[in-house]
Amino acid sequence: MGVQGIGASARRKEDKRFITGQGKYTDDMVLPRMGFAAFVRSPHAHAKILGIDASAALDMPGVDSVLTGDQMIADEIGNLICGWMINSKDGSPMNMGAWRALEPETARYVGQAVAVVIADTQAQAKDAADAVVVDYEELPSVINAVAALQDGAPQLHPEASRNLIFDWEIGEKDATDAAFASAANVIKLDLTNNRLVPNPMEPRAALAEYNSAEEHFTLYTTSQNPHVARLVLSAFYNVAPEHKLRVIAPDVGGGFGSKIYIYPEEMVALWASKRTGRPVKWLCDRTEAFLTDAHGRDHHSHAELAVDADNRITGFRVSTIANIGAYMSLFSSCVPTYLYATLLSGQYDIPNIYCDVKAVYTNTTPVDAYRGAGRPEATYLVERMMETAAGELGISPADFRRKNFVRTFPHQTPVIMCYDAGDYDATLDAALKGIDYDGFPARKAEAARRGKLRGIGLSCYIEACGIAPSQAVGSLGAGVGLWESAEVRVNPIGTIEVLTGSHSHGQGHETTFAQLISERFGLDMDNVSIVHGDTDKVQFGMGTYGSRSGAVGMSAIVKALDKVEAKAKKIAAHLMEASDEDIQIEGGELKVVGTDKKLSFTEVALAAYTAHNLPEGMEPGLKEGAFYDPTNFTFPAGTYACEVEIDPDTGKTEIVRFVAADDFGKIINPMIVEGQVHGGLTQGIGQALLENAIYDDNGQLLTASFMDYCMPRADDLPDYELTTHETLCPGNPLGMKGCGEAGAIGSPPAVINAICNAVGDNSISMPATAEKVWQACRAQTQMAAE
Amino acid sequence: MTTVSMTLNGKKVSANVDDRTLLVQYIRETHGLTGTHVGCDTSQCGSCVVHVDGKAVKSCTMLAAQADGSHVTTVEGLANGTELHPVQAAFREHHGLQCGFCTPGMIMSAVDIISRHGADIDEKTIRHELEGNLCRCTGYQNIVKAIQAAAQEMHGAKVAAE
Repeated sequence: MGVQGIGASARRKEDKRFITGQGKYTDDMVLPRMGFAAFVRSPHAHAKILGIDASAALDMPGVDSVLTGDQMIADEIGNLICGWMINSKDGSPMNMGAWRALEPETARYVGQAVAVVIADTQAQAKDAADAVVVDYEELPSVINAVAALQDGAPQLHPEASRNLIFDWEIGEKDATDAAFASAANVIKLDLTNNRLVPNPMEPRAALAEYNSAEEHFTLYTTSQNPHVARLVLSAFYNVAPEHKLRVIAPDVGGGFGSKIYIYPEEMVALWASKRTGRPVKWLCDRTEAFLTDAHGRDHHSHAELAVDADNRITGFRVSTIANIGAYMSLFSSCVPTYLYATLLSGQYDIPNIYCDVKAVYTNTTPVDAYRGAGRPEATYLVERMMETAAGELGISPADFRRKNFVRTFPHQTPVIMCYDAGDYDATLDAALKGIDYDGFPARKAEAARRGKLRGIGLSCYIEACGIAPSQAVGSLGAGVGLWESAEVRVNPIGTIEVLTGSHSHGQGHETTFAQLISERFGLDMDNVSIVHGDTDKVQFGMGTYGSRSGAVGMSAIVKALDKVEAKAKKIAAHLMEASDEDIQIEGGELKVVGTDKKLSFTEVALAAYTAHNLPEGMEPGLKEGAFYDPTNFTFPAGTYACEVEIDPDTGKTEIVRFVAADDFGKIINPMIVEGQVHGGLTQGIGQALLENAIYDDNGQLLTASFMDYCMPRADDLPDYELTTHETLCPGNPLGMKGCGEAGAIGSPPAVINAICNAVGDNSISMPATAEKVWQACRAQTQMAAE
Repeated sequence: MTTVSMTLNGKKVSANVDDRTLLVQYIRETHGLTGTHVGCDTSQCGSCVVHVDGKAVKSCTMLAAQADGSHVTTVEGLANGTELHPVQAAFREHHGLQCGFCTPGMIMSAVDIISRHGADIDEKTIRHELEGNLCRCTGYQNIVKAIQAAAQEMHGAKVAAE
C-alpha cells in the first residue's frame, strides 16, 4: 500500500476480508459440543410470573436444559446496572429498580427474558422455548412517559414512586426566569423526539465457553467495548474475576451505540456455559433485536426562547420528559442529562439557560445511547427553535443564527461546556453557498409552477465528543474513567503492531490508525497491524462510542509513538555515534542531520532486540504503551442545509439536495470521514422521514421487523454534497474533534425545517411520513379556501 | 431428513439435512461458508444474497432442498483465485463498505444488477435496484458509486475482449 500519512484517502486495509467473505463475526465462530440458547420471553408488557413449567420442553429432542432466574440468583449472579449516577434537584440519588438477566417475578416489557433453553441445535432450542409454559398474571401497563408520571398510572418498580427515576436540573433557574421577564419576545415550542431502533445489520450474538479445570470463561460477542464488558461482567455481575474472563469482540457488524451495553443474553450465555458444561451460542434474530436492543431518543420537550429587541437571545428554558423504558440500561441516565442538556447552548452565545429533565420508567424496551446520544435531541430542540423563532420574528433563519453565534473562544456556556475552538460563520457560509441559498426563491417559484412545494431548512449543530476527561465525568457521576490506552510494539524486523483499546465495527481503524504510524516512521502501511477487540491481547481500553476513537484513541497512540520514537532515536544516535537531537526520521530511515550516515528503521529495531550494542543502561526491546486522558470534550460543529420538494397530492417528500459543511478538526483519512458523514446523515434522515418505534396501548411493539419499521433504503436518499472546514482542536495532539455522530445529530432539524418551510406548517413532527405531510398539505389547502 | 446436492462455488457437495434447512443454513452451517450473512428474518435485508443458477436469490427465503441440483455461487466463489471480481474491487476502491456485514449480499446483488442492466446503468436505477438490500453504515452513496464504476469497468473489459 505504500506510505500513506495524515490526509491521505488510503483504501482500507480491512476491506479485503469483507469483500471476499472472510470477515469473522461472532456467528461465524464454531466450537466443539456447542449448544444453542433460545430465550423464553414475556408476551406481556407488564405481568406477574406465577410459575414456569419446563417439563414439556425438557422432553423435547436435543434439549439440554431449561434455566430460570431463580437459578441465577442462587448462583449469586448480580443484577444489571446503570453505570452513571444522577442525582435529582433535591440531591437524592436516582431511583433505580432491580433488573435481573432472567426475571423471576415480574415482566416489565414485551420481550423480556424469563427463561432460557439450551439445546443441541438452534431449531431445537427455539422449538423447546415455545414449549415452556409460563403462567402470567397480566398487570396494567403504561407506554408513554408523560402518562407514566400521572396520578394513577401503573407503577413499574417499588423503588421509583410515580415511575420517576430522577428529576434533574442544570443551569440557573432564577437568572433564566429573569431574562424571560425582561424579554422583548418569547417563542414557545413543544417537540417530540421519536423513539428509534438502532438496527446495526449484524444482530447481537454471543458464544461462551467455560473451562472447568482453569475456571476460565471465554466470550465471543458483538461488543463495541470488550474491556468494559469484561469489567462489568466481573465486578458487577459476578460471572468471573477479570483474569478468568476473556472477552473477544471479533469483526462486529455495526453498533451505533446499541452494542455498548452488557445485555441479559450475553451474560446468560456465559453463565449457562458453566451450568451446562458446554459452549453456548446465542444468535439474536431480528425481531428479538427490535424487542431487546436498547432503543434511542424518545423525549417530550417544552422549550421557550427569550429574545431582546435586537434579536439577541437572552434566555433558553427547557423542560424534558425522557422515556427510559422498563429498566435503566448501562448509560441510560447520562443520555438525557449530561449528553443532552449540556448542548442546549448550540452554536450560540446564550447568557441564561435552564433545563429540567424527568426520567421515567415505562413498560417498553430500555432506552440508551444511539448514534449521537442526547446530542441529537438537544440539536433538534435548538435548531427547530432557531428556525421557529426566526419565522416568528420575521427575519432570515441564517441571519438570526449569525446574530447569535459564539465568536470568541474559549467560550463558557451556562451549561457546563467550555467550547475550545470553532468557526461557525465559516461552515454556515459554506453550506449557504453550497446549496445556493440566495437562489432558493426562484427554485420555489419554479416548483410551484409544476404544482410542487419547495422548502429549505438549516441546522447549525454542535456536539461534544470524546466524553472526557475522566476526572470531569467522574464528578458528574460516571462509574468509569473515559481515557484510552495504546501500545506500540515494534518487532525485531521493524514491522509494527499497535494494540488499541478502541474497537472498530465499521469505522476503519485498521487503516486510519495505521496511517499515523506510516506517517511517523515513513513505513509502508502493509508493515503495520492494528490489534483490537480482545481482552487477552490489549490490556485495557474503553472502546468506541461518542466519536472518541480519533480524538481519544489516536491520541493515546500518538503518546506511545512519541516514546517509541525517542527510544529509537537514542539507539540510532548511539550506533552512529551522534547526538539524539541530530537524528531525523525520514522515509523509513533514521539519519544523522547534515551527514550521509543513516540506519533503516529495521536495523534500529533489530539492534533494540539483539541488544548487543545499546546505550549504557538501556533496556532491550522497542515497545511502549501510553494512557491518554483528554483535557476537555471536543466540539465538532457545522451547518447542514436541506432542500426538499413535496408533492402535495401524495405527501411524498423528496430531498432534492443536502449540503453538509462540517468542522471535524484534523482529518486523517478524508474518504473514511466522508463515509461516516454519509452514514450519519442517513440515520438522521431516517429519523426525520421514515423511522419510528410504535407501541400499541398494550405495550406490543408494532414495528418489530423490517416489514414494519421503515429503514432508509438507497432510493429514499439523495447524493450528499460534503465540504469540511478545519479549525484544530487545541485539546489533543492531532487537533481532532470526531466525525462519527455528526450526521445523525445535525440532519433531523435540517430536514424538518425544510418540510415545515415547504408546507407552511411549523407543527410537522418526526417522522414526516407521506401520510403526515399529505394531511398537513391538505389542511393548508383547506385553510386557504376558507 | 433430505439429501441435498448442488454445485457450490464450482465444487460438487452433498449433505443429509433436516427438511426445514434453509439454503443459507446449508451454506453457512453445513458447508462452513460464513461469508453469506443473516441480518433479518423477513427476507428484507439482503445480507444473504447468493446466486442460484446465475440469478440473485435471498438464501434465507429458499429451502436448501429447493436448490438441489443447482449451481450456487456465494461471495467466496466470486473472485478468480487471488484476482478480485471487478465489483469486489470497486467496493474497496469507492469505500462502499464499512462494517462489512451487508457487503457480501450487496456485492452479489450488484453483480446481478450489472448483468441485467449493463454498463450505462444510471444512479437512479441502481438506487431502485438496491431496494432489497439494507445497509446501516454507508448511506448507500458509495455503494451506488462502486456499482456504477464496476459496471463501466466490466463493460470496458468485455469490449476489449471482443
